[in-house]
This record gives sequence, structure tokens and C-alpha cells, in this order.
Amino acid sequence: MEGQAPSPLPDQVLENVLETVLHFLSSRRDRNAASLVCKSWYRAEALTRSELFIGNCYAVSPRRATARFPRVRSLTIKGKPRFADFDLMPLNWGAHFTPWAQALAQSYPSLRRLHLKRMSLTDRDLTLLSLSFPHFQDLLLTCCEAFTTTGLAAIAANCRLLRVLDLAECVVEVADEEVDWISSFPETQEETHLESLVFDCVECPVNFQALERLVARSPSLRKLRLNRYVSMSQLHRLMHRAPQLTHLGTGSFSASELDPEPDYASAFAASKSLVCLSGFREIWPDYLPAIYPACANLTSLNFSYADINAHQLKSVIRHCHKLQTFWVLDSISDEGLQAVAETCKDLRELRVFPVNTREEIEGPVSEVGFEAISRGCRKLQSILFFCQRMTNAAVVAMSNNCPDLVVFRLCIIGQYRPDPETLEPMDEGFGAIVMNCKKLTRLAVSGLLTDRAFGYIGTYGKLIRTLSVAFAGDTDLGLKYVLEGCPNLQKLEIRDSPFGDGALRSGLHHFYNMRFLWMSSCKLTRQACQEVARRLPHLVLEVINSEEGKADDIEILYMYRSLDRPRDDAPKVVTILH
Amino acid sequence: EEDTSYSHKEKHFFTHKPNMATILGKESGLNLKETELCLGLPGGGGVGGGGGGGGGGGSSEVETPRATGKRGFSETVDLKLNLQSKEDLNENLKNVSKEKTLLKDPAKPPAKEILEIEGDLEKYFRAQVVGWPPVRSYRKNMMAQKVSTEDVAEKTTSSTASGAFVKVSMDGAPYLRKVDLTMYKSYKDLSDALAKMFSSFTMGNYGAQGMIDFMNESKLMDLLNSSEYVPTYEDKDGDWMLVGDVPWEMFVESCKRLRIMKGSEAIGLAPRAMEKCKSRS
Repeated sequence: MEGQAPSPLPDQVLENVLETVLHFLSSRRDRNAASLVCKSWYRAEALTRSELFIGNCYAVSPRRATARFPRVRSLTIKGKPRFADFDLMPLNWGAHFTPWAQALAQSYPSLRRLHLKRMSLTDRDLTLLSLSFPHFQDLLLTCCEAFTTTGLAAIAANCRLLRVLDLAECVVEVADEEVDWISSFPETQEETHLESLVFDCVECPVNFQALERLVARSPSLRKLRLNRYVSMSQLHRLMHRAPQLTHLGTGSFSASELDPEPDYASAFAASKSLVCLSGFREIWPDYLPAIYPACANLTSLNFSYADINAHQLKSVIRHCHKLQTFWVLDSISDEGLQAVAETCKDLRELRVFPVNTREEIEGPVSEVGFEAISRGCRKLQSILFFCQRMTNAAVVAMSNNCPDLVVFRLCIIGQYRPDPETLEPMDEGFGAIVMNCKKLTRLAVSGLLTDRAFGYIGTYGKLIRTLSVAFAGDTDLGLKYVLEGCPNLQKLEIRDSPFGDGALRSGLHHFYNMRFLWMSSCKLTRQACQEVARRLPHLVLEVINSEEGKADDIEILYMYRSLDRPRDDAPKVVTILH
Repeated sequence: EEDTSYSHKEKHFFTHKPNMATILGKESGLNLKETELCLGLPGGGGVGGGGGGGGGGGSSEVETPRATGKRGFSETVDLKLNLQSKEDLNENLKNVSKEKTLLKDPAKPPAKEILEIEGDLEKYFRAQVVGWPPVRSYRKNMMAQKVSTEDVAEKTTSSTASGAFVKVSMDGAPYLRKVDLTMYKSYKDLSDALAKMFSSFTMGNYGAQGMIDFMNESKLMDLLNSSEYVPTYEDKDGDWMLVGDVPWEMFVESCKRLRIMKGSEAIGLAPRAMEKCKSRS
């Protein structure tokens, strides 16, 4: 047979088959495992990985990541550790996106989706993004900063296929020039591809007419979360333009015109697909009845910026039988929580935020509401609860009533608070949680806690991946129990606890398995950290002191594994030990 | 074995404090070693006042020095001293005894005594630890605003028997408010409340009584020529007037709605206002 191409070598066939099969593997854990089988599996997996997750932007260099995985279409990168949200890190600490932006522009022309969390990205980065990826569809920025509305305008103007633009809890500066980024979406496009537009964190007004026109020409729009500069009547107009919305952030939920107002309830009644409501940034409670028509279908309700009282909440919540996710302020008090417990039998996630973060006040929510929730919402999987007062008994009750808990985060605002009834530490309550909630992967503790509590965590918390500790423990033993007992621990953040060098050493066997360790205002010394750095060369130990050149005491240790050399973009207050 | 004696619990409670009391003491010159360890210093609205309605709301976060006595990241933390007058202090002290403290330590002197011991009523501050509780700054700021507007008694509850609710708008602000004029006793009260609601609205030119001085023509014209905001209102007859042209009680009766606008826009209303004033005096 002449003129025919030679048949592929058997190895090549195998590789092709492998690639085709591996193509279907989506879980990154499965992919990581597959890549370890042998060299050809490693290569095939690398060529077929289209979704890349980088949990710590400094764990691997952009060059290394793009070299190994050449065909990435979706990328997630996380930067700063969570405690940075609470002003515990210096400004300009890092997590700069620029080197990544440049590498991606070069290596991933087919990039479609980018999700950044706690990264610092500039307008230039955003502009580069908008110009480098012709197929770009989804941009999600969570807790990011350092960019302005100019960067957003570039994305709006240049990403013709933009489907998702989600800005969650970002700090967006207002640009100097009066650029309205909403107006930058090209008006010439008859229909946009927008499915999700979330900008509730953008703290400046947008051109409403441009926004209305944008919504009108976005037939695929399902998620729209407005910022607090959008008034009630403007919301009304937008809702009539987009009755197909499934997720709505209502903006200010407050009036801006002096004239009689339209029938808001009809807008909510007409939006038959609504399942998620949020916003209510400047809520005028008189308007609450407007949302009644939508309540029966809601699976998610975020009132966490609305300081409504129990009475006002009840009028809404009694319709919300399908609710699964509920975020709220403690202004609803225990009475409000009881109402939630009575109606929301399907509740999976509850977050209760404090209006007043002072510790010496009575506080409107307590163990009473907490226990009511545990009795009424048996399917609870995730809870974040701030309070000034909690008892062991209530926590134990929840551990028994809600065995499906995966995330348990209890923040008793007063430091070192014992159980107010028994004056005991809170050890037994948290102990019961780790004992009874066998699926628990994330735990945040508070109140007066002894080493005993950590003993419980080390003994029973076998699935725990994330642990947050503050003002707790007695001795090194506490931390030792955890580091020795929790094989799945990946993220450990500790502040103001008396754990020192001995405790740190007890984790040497495990640190390579962790994404990071944060310890601030503990009892670590520089020598111990230096020793760890020597013994584990792939660990980066960042010592952050508020004054440069501090001798022995460590204020903050931020430690993480890394495949590459330590970064060179750290500010002066950061010392990298090696 | 469990040592359930009180002193054991007390030991737990005290030994775990990072000795901030001493550090604070060093910083401010007050010896606070013996005081209540909840970080609310006597009279500072900590144990008493602030929570209900005593203090002036708002957030006053002072960064505590760390164990080494040095400050943390001062760029990221607002340093505010919550200074109050002696009168406010006495107010707060009245409230102190009503507050429950979770651990009653008979050894600790009550707040009032501490103040007398220290003898320095002017200098105290409410201290909070950086980044605690773990609530994001954005949320904390939003909440701080809400706490202060509650002091203004602008509650839109369902039962409002006899109130004089009027809508208040401000040029440039994206949303309206409602106020109940019967909650205030004077123009000064009202303007304080408005100032809290609309933070760019200042009362700079209103003088001690909280009223525009209509008798002083040149001062009035200065105000109206400036870019300062002035409050105006629509009265029963549908006319727009400058707030302050009539006695307070009359104003409450006749005001239908309020609008805060730039002085330069309100200038047309001045002559009528002055006339009204002159005709009364």
C-alpha cells in the first residue's frame, strides 16, 4: 500500500487512548493520583488537565505551572491566607497577579475562565486579560483588591464573549477619570452573552440607563447582584427587564424618589424563577412585604446587611419553607432564630453575623436561639455563628441534633469566655462536635479552651482540613495533639495562643501535607523557625514583624510548602527564613 | 481530676490573658492591672454606656500593642480615642451597675472606684484587639454606620401612632430616609440627626441654636453662595422654604417633606425666609 501514512506506534496508540480516557477525569484529586502512576500517565494527565487549581499562588511559579499543564482553560488561584481579611497582614504583603497575568497571556490563549481569591490585581492586569484571551468567558474575583473601575471597563469593553463577571467582597477603588464601567459594555452588540453580573461590592454609582439597557439586551442573564447605589424603583425597572432571573441582589432596597412608588410586589411575583435573594443594603423595612411572593421558592436568602428585628424577619421567614441557605444579622435575636427553626426544615447553611462586635454587651443571640436551630434544622451542614454568649449544653445539643455538620464555626466574641452557666471551659461542647459530627472538615473554635479541647480534636477530628484557633489552649500540648492527631489537616490558622517551639516541632512530619500554617502572637522563637526551615527545605517560612529587624520574637509566622524558590516580591517587614 | 473551686476557674481566666491590661496601663499612664479584664474600660462606654444609647455610636477601634509592647500594622487600623465629657461619663457610670459581668470577681473594685483611684476622667479609651472578632472590615464598617443611625431613633417600625414622618432626600444621595419630627426637640437635634444620616451634610454654618441666622443677611448669603448643603422643606401650602425660618413647633406642624440641597440652589428661597423672620420679630 503506497502513499499511506505509517500506522501509529503502539506507544502512541496507548498514549492517545490514555488521553481520551483521562479527559473524563474531572476531580483534581483523582488526576493527581493518576499522574503518579508512571511517566506516560503523568504526561497524558498533564496534557488533558483543562481545569487547574492553585491553592497558594506562591506554592508554584507561573512558569512551572504553565510548563506542566499546557492546555488549561479554567484556572483558579488563591493568594493571601484568610487572616489577611482581618487586617492581620501588612499592606502590600504580596499575592500579586501580574506575573501570573503575563504567564497566562503567553501560555493559555484558549483561557476561558479565571477565578482569583485574595489576590492583588491591577488595572493593567485586567486590561491584559481582556486583550489576551479571545474566548474568555468567566471572570470571578473574590476578596481581591488593587484594581479600579478602569480595569472593569476594560473587561466590559473587550471581552465579547463575557458570560460571567462576579465580584464578591472585593475592594474596588473608584478611578480618577469618570469612567462608567457599565457603559463600557459595547452597545453595538445586539445581545450579550451575560449570564451572571455580580457587582454588589463596587462602592460607586453606575450609570443606571446604561445598566438598564445592558440588562435589556442580555437575554441569558440569570444572576444579577446590584450595589447599594441602585434604588428600589430602579430595581423595579430592572426586574421587569429581566423576569427570568434566578439570583437577585436587590441593591439598597430603599427609596430614592419622593413620588408615589410602583407596586414592587408585582415585580417579585413576576420573577417566577427567583431562588436566591440578597442585597438589602440600606433596607427600608416597610418594603419587606414586596418579597413575599418570592419567598416560597427561595432556597437562599442573604439578609446579612439588613438589620431587621424578629418581628420583621418573621413576616418573611414564615413563607420560606424551601430555604437551604440563610445569612442574617443577629438583630433578629433568639426569637428570630426560633422562627427560622420552626419553618426552615431544609436548612443546610446558616450564618449569623454580629451587628455589634463588642464583647461586654448582652448580645441579642445566645445559646437559646442556637439550640432552637439545632432542634428545628436537623439537616444543617454548615454553621457560622457569632454571639456574646454560649453554653456547652447548647453546643452538645447541636452535635447530637445535627450529625451532618461539615462546617462548624462558632465565634464567642468575648475572649476566654467560659460557659456562663457552669463557668467551665468550652472544651466539652467542642469535644462533642468533633465526636458526634463525623463528617466535619472545617472547625473554628472560641471561648475559654484548655489543652483538653485540642485533645478531643486530635482524637476525633480525623477528617478536619481547616482549623481556626484564637485565644485558646494552655501549653504546647494543645497544638501537638492537633498536629499529631489530624492527618487531613491542610489549613491551620492560630492567633494569640500559648503554643511555642516544641509544638511547632511536633508537626515536622506533616507540614509538607499542608497548604499553610499561620501562627500569630504565639510563643515561637526565630531559632525554632530557622530549624524547621533547615529540616524541611521545601517549606517557606515567612516571619512578619511590625518592625523590621526584630530579634527573637516572632509576631507572625506564615508557613507554606513551595516547589520553587522563595518569592522576591515580599515587603521589608517580611523575612523569609531558609 | 476536676478542680472545680472558683480560684481554679479564675486562674484559667486570668492566666490566659495576654496581660493586655498592664500593657494598656503603660500606654495610657493608667494602672489597670486590677481592673475587669473584659476590654471595656470604666466609663469608656465599655462596661456601661455605649451599647444602649449613651455614647456616640460609631466605631472607635484602638489597636492594642502586642505582647512586645509594640504596635501592629498601624496603617491598617484606625486609631480613635473615644473621648467623652465628664457629663457623659457620669451618665455611663449610672449604667455600669446595671450591666451583668460574666465573672464576678469580688476582688475587683467596681468601675466607679477605679475612676476615682486614677483620677483622670478625661483620658480613657475603649480598646479592641486587631482583627477580632473575625468580621471583615467592609461588614464592620457597614454595621458601625447602622449602629449610629439607630441612635437617631429613625426606626421605621409598624406601629407609629402619632408621629410626624416626613421623607428626607439629599441631592446626590441615592436613597431617601424617613424621619419622625416629633422625636426631636429643636432644629439642632434635627440637624444632628441629618448629619448622621447623610455624612457629607455638615452643620458648620448653623451656629449654636442649630438655626440659620436669618437676621444676618450677609452671613446667610455667604451660606447660600457656597457649596455647603442646606436643608429645605415643603410646607403645607406646597412652598419650598429654608429650614429654620419659623419656630420649631410651627415647623413640625407644617413640614411635609425635607430636601437637602446645595446652598447655591436654595438661594431663591432666601428672600422669603428673611421676610418671614423679619415680620415676626
